[in-house]
Amino acid sequence: MNDSTRSEISRREFLSSSAGTVLAGFSLSTLFAGCSKEDIEAFLQKHFTELSGEDLQKVLRRLEKENEKKFGKGGSIDTSPAMKNVLFGYGLDISRCIGCRRCVHACVKENNQGREPAIHWIRVIEFPKEAGIDFAEANPYYCPSAGKESNLNSAQKEILSDPLSQYPLYREDKKNNTDAQCKVPRPEHFYVPIGCQQCKNPPCVKACPTKATWSEPDGIVVIDYNWCIGCRYCMAACPYGARHFNWAEPKLEPADFNPSMHYLGNRPRSRGVVEKCTFCIQRTRKGLYPVCVEICPVGARKFGNLLDPESEIRYLIENKRVLILKNELATHPKFFYFYSM
Amino acid sequence: MSIRDRLYGPAIIAILFCYNLSQATQQVQVPRPPFSEGIFPCSNCHAALELNAKRRQLKDEHTHIVLEHAEKNRWCLDCHNPSDRDKLRLANGELVEFAQSYRLCGQCHGPTFRDWKAGVHGKRTGSWDGNKKYFLCVHCHNPHSPRIKPISPFPAPVPPESKPFLIGGPIP
Repeated sequence: MNDSTRSEISRREFLSSSAGTVLAGFSLSTLFAGCSKEDIEAFLQKHFTELSGEDLQKVLRRLEKENEKKFGKGGSIDTSPAMKNVLFGYGLDISRCIGCRRCVHACVKENNQGREPAIHWIRVIEFPKEAGIDFAEANPYYCPSAGKESNLNSAQKEILSDPLSQYPLYREDKKNNTDAQCKVPRPEHFYVPIGCQQCKNPPCVKACPTKATWSEPDGIVVIDYNWCIGCRYCMAACPYGARHFNWAEPKLEPADFNPSMHYLGNRPRSRGVVEKCTFCIQRTRKGLYPVCVEICPVGARKFGNLLDPESEIRYLIENKRVLILKNELATHPKFFYFYSM
Repeated sequence: MSIRDRLYGPAIIAILFCYNLSQATQQVQVPRPPFSEGIFPCSNCHAALELNAKRRQLKDEHTHIVLEHAEKNRWCLDCHNPSDRDKLRLANGELVEFAQSYRLCGQCHGPTFRDWKAGVHGKRTGSWDGNKKYFLCVHCHNPHSPRIKPISPFPAPVPPESKPFLIGGPIP
């Protein structure tokens, strides 16, 4: 057989096989050949805001089944909507924060973040006092000897599972003495934890080509992880570095799985989607404080309803010196840094 | 006894605030004051002891207490009540429980006390729209040496250059 005949045959084969594919494409069952029922349902799932009633229940059952397979328990996925007359606001006292990173790890535990590769929704940034808030001098990697990413020791795990066990604070170091060399606050430094600023005018939402991320009526910017295509435009648009991408299938041990979830919040994510802080939507929509507020040992974190004139968030905005990060970008964050002294 | 039991114990103390703030009608809880183990009630020992108000080095008990809180102008019985040791004494002579020690601190630290009542200084847990648990001043501040001491931080993030998959390496 010479070369020309061989190419003739392969061209004929190619044409007949591609015609077959086109014909087969008319039937969905052939298109999805080899896919499981769950995969097909996930592929054909509607956008969260268009889901209701039976469709929504079906989706939740499917997600719970997926969790059951991965973590041994399905957990419960809440879909409760925003409360009426509630607009969430957050206050963080820069003059009190000591940079201990307990919020970072309490957040990871609460929100089912992947432990490997590790994703931290909160980034605590250290600045030298003489520099002020100058991002050229920012250092999120201070005290590397305290451990790496998700590697917590038993004392630290105990503090996370029982925040009360850290009190009284002045007796703390008998228990969690990870590193006598590096203690925080380090002299002549101050700390600014940065997570999602829950902007009123969010650049990430404008950048999303699929409307997979949007602002809820209570001010929380959320993501439908099943609608996100992983293009990461939102990450490029966010001026605060608050969005994180799942580069790999997130590793989450069944023992670490938090079964109390919200569809728009802490349900486990998959590879190829973006995730971010949701003010612990699964807690705050039930009236609880976010978990970072609960863990903060020095009480630097404040949370409440901006529409309630009696709330602590309104008190601090009205009575303290308030700072908004990158105010000049007109993103209108609902995250207010303040100085109480 | 677990730490939680020690802190909350059987003695969860519910206090109704009588200030003209929004919390006036709201029930406020504080955890049990963070006594050293086995130290309370103080009268267990002090009822039998002779009163000695003199400034001196404590040799038999309370040896770990170092007074670094306006120590030149103050000694034990300025805050601790001499006749009934299980109570604290305000400057006006009123006796208060240890669970209300914030009233003692508030005598000097007025603006901080005001912020604490509004929920802006110090820590609250519970519900943002409902019942909250307040922490006492002494949960964070050692009353005898109130400045917050440096503590060990939790693990640090790792810079991207040490994550090969972020710079073109194989994805784990």
